[in-house]
Amino acid sequence: MLLGRTANGLYWMFRYIERAENMARLIDAGLRMALTKTSDAPEEWSSVLMSAGVKIGYDGKYKEYNASLVSDFMLRDLDNPSSVMSCVETARSNARMVRTALTREAWESVNETWMILKSTLAQSIPETDLPRVLDQIKRETAIIRGAFHGTMLRNEIFNFARIGTFIERADNTARILDVKYYVLLPSISYVGTTLDNFQWESILRSVSAHRSYRWVYDVEYNPVNIADYLILNSRMPRSLNFCYSNIVDNLKFLANDYGKRHECHDMSESIMTRLVDNDIRMIFDNGLHEFLSDLIYQTNSLSSKIAEAYNFD
Amino acid sequence: MKPFDEMIESGGQVRPPYGQLKCWLDTQNPERLAQKALDAENVFRKTGITFAVYGDEEAAERLIPFDIIPRIITGNEWRRLSQGIEQRVMALNAFLDDIYHRQEIIRAGRIPRELFIHNDAYLPEMIGFRPPGNVYTHIIGVDIVRTEENQFYVLEDNARTPSGVSYMLENRETMMQLFPELFQQIKVRPVETYPKQLRQSLAAVAPPGCKGTPTIAVLTPGIYNSAYFEHAFLADQMGVELVEGGDLKIENGKVVMRTTEGNRAIDVLYRRVDDSFLDPLTFRRDSALGVAGIMDVYRSGNITIANAPGTGIADDKALYSYMPEIVEFYTGRKAILENVPTYRCSEPDTLKYVLEHLPDLVVKEVHGSGGYGMLVGPAASKKECEAFALKLKANPKNYIAQPTLALSTTPIMTEKGLAPRHVDLRPFVLVSDRIRITPGGLTRVALKEGSLVVNSSQGGGTKDTWVLDD
Repeated sequence: MLLGRTANGLYWMFRYIERAENMARLIDAGLRMALTKTSDAPEEWSSVLMSAGVKIGYDGKYKEYNASLVSDFMLRDLDNPSSVMSCVETARSNARMVRTALTREAWESVNETWMILKSTLAQSIPETDLPRVLDQIKRETAIIRGAFHGTMLRNEIFNFARIGTFIERADNTARILDVKYYVLLPSISYVGTTLDNFQWESILRSVSAHRSYRWVYDVEYNPVNIADYLILNSRMPRSLNFCYSNIVDNLKFLANDYGKRHECHDMSESIMTRLVDNDIRMIFDNGLHEFLSDLIYQTNSLSSKIAEAYNFD
Repeated sequence: MKPFDEMIESGGQVRPPYGQLKCWLDTQNPERLAQKALDAENVFRKTGITFAVYGDEEAAERLIPFDIIPRIITGNEWRRLSQGIEQRVMALNAFLDDIYHRQEIIRAGRIPRELFIHNDAYLPEMIGFRPPGNVYTHIIGVDIVRTEENQFYVLEDNARTPSGVSYMLENRETMMQLFPELFQQIKVRPVETYPKQLRQSLAAVAPPGCKGTPTIAVLTPGIYNSAYFEHAFLADQMGVELVEGGDLKIENGKVVMRTTEGNRAIDVLYRRVDDSFLDPLTFRRDSALGVAGIMDVYRSGNITIANAPGTGIADDKALYSYMPEIVEFYTGRKAILENVPTYRCSEPDTLKYVLEHLPDLVVKEVHGSGGYGMLVGPAASKKECEAFALKLKANPKNYIAQPTLALSTTPIMTEKGLAPRHVDLRPFVLVSDRIRITPGGLTRVALKEGSLVVNSSQGGGTKDTWVLDD
């Protein structure tokens, strides 16, 4: 038994930590694209903002898209509730609220991350410094994850935190794919042009999968394989299949613990079925964009159903 | 005259309780000690042992400075102190029971009725009601100062929601981490039993209708409260839920908290929310920190609130000057611990005296706390005294005055080595089926040379306090 507010705090704490890391990764992929002179940089930055789900906020503030404005907005801007700094602030506030549910190590890792990033992100980051700062953000979130995994009891507290992580991650992966779904469509070309190759690599890079892809598939990028990897692969830690199998498992633990199933259990399992009993060709045939936007929608409503079931709505 | 120093006697000799510590200090490399002081600060910062200072936007969270030189009290000194404290908290509870019932003390003419008739701390809602176990003030922090070897005074009885106990515990924890060798040489009585005793103490005053293990919760105003760290710390150490007003509601005549498995009833609520915010239906209507209807549940005997609403009347500064009479009235003996002589500005002759002697006095607001709104005469400029005199004349009832005491000093670590600073002491007391006093307490220290203000909100620091097992 947990306070509903505590479950809420854990859930959002981990969503925001995950989001902070995803933001860093997206900027990283954007920088990489901008380096390849073949691509249209403003276009790329605009799609980075879209993948991050912060384009509306950005457009309300700036007229042009470039590395320094976009990265500033996504890293430091407190007007942007999804900027890395906002995420870390929110994660820490939530951690403070649920402090009694965290081990000392887990709490300290969040608190230290907050202290370190607050000072790192206090001033704007010159473009040459961005890679270092992005690495630092990823390292900090990795430390939080490590402290959490290494010290927390595997109980309901752990389950709510994990559900938060994977809901956020599923949403993020689906969004990245959806923003770029057109470059994956087979109709464009099966043998990628240089530009296509960059685009494909960028997708993989934004989920840190550009190296592991080669271990699983081929040295050559192939859009169908990329989609397969990020949607259906059960071992790739950021794929939709992987995210959902974790959501389903953690919800099952809660159902066993509490001796009660809710609507969110059926819902998560039915989404999981679509990620298991499916073939990537079929997904393409039925429309990749339709599949992804439906999944984003379903993930959102699953999130509300979970909050409803466990009294933190 | 030089104030009494607890380590070094006026002749330059080291006082016996500090003997071993002083020997050890003399063998220490100053650089190593400075490094240890830094280590301590990092521990506090990392664990987030911070407090918020109201009205200080920039430093929303600040560390209370910690000094690594312990303050030492002998077993004998402690025995006397704890007898005095025990007598005092018994009197406080008896007094509270009396003034919410027969008011014998007023009938006997020992204290004037006006003292609480128009006093906000006196709650008419509590009249005729007897809390479970007949305990009103369950958790008390008595502020004590020392002026001579054998002269202790009670400065304040914090009988509503005393804070600082988490610092007592963390200070000890930190010292044991930094200087384990010292604890092998010197036998110090443990303080870390406090959270367990707090839990036992709260469980012992569960409502009579409560069967089985009572469900206890700590009620906090939330993460923006200055003492939030302490609330979370205590809930965690006791293994109970830390709740906010928004988690609670009334269901079937019980206070329940909203959990992942539905609503759960609470039997004992250790609240760290002031009376006026406790129940918007009874007290402040705009309060979002309390629970609507909790006073009804309380009065029908279905929850214990610790400390009981209305206990504030017992530590009201207007009442303080009557404490010697109160202690004697209810315990039949003279108070073991003395009060600081106190001038009641509400009395015209006294007011005149106070106004004439402002530069020598400390003047406090009757309802104030935390060192806000007070005048420390000897440290104030002529202008400040004059400005304060105007406030005093405008509303004399709002003030009491006390002579400035020559508070004892203990050494702190400064950049130039050890230097004496003024200290006070807040031991923590638990009252339920019996009285438990943790040997030690929170020593607050004024870090500025010569300063007498030890409050953390005014730049004071803390020290670990050792009661010797001798």
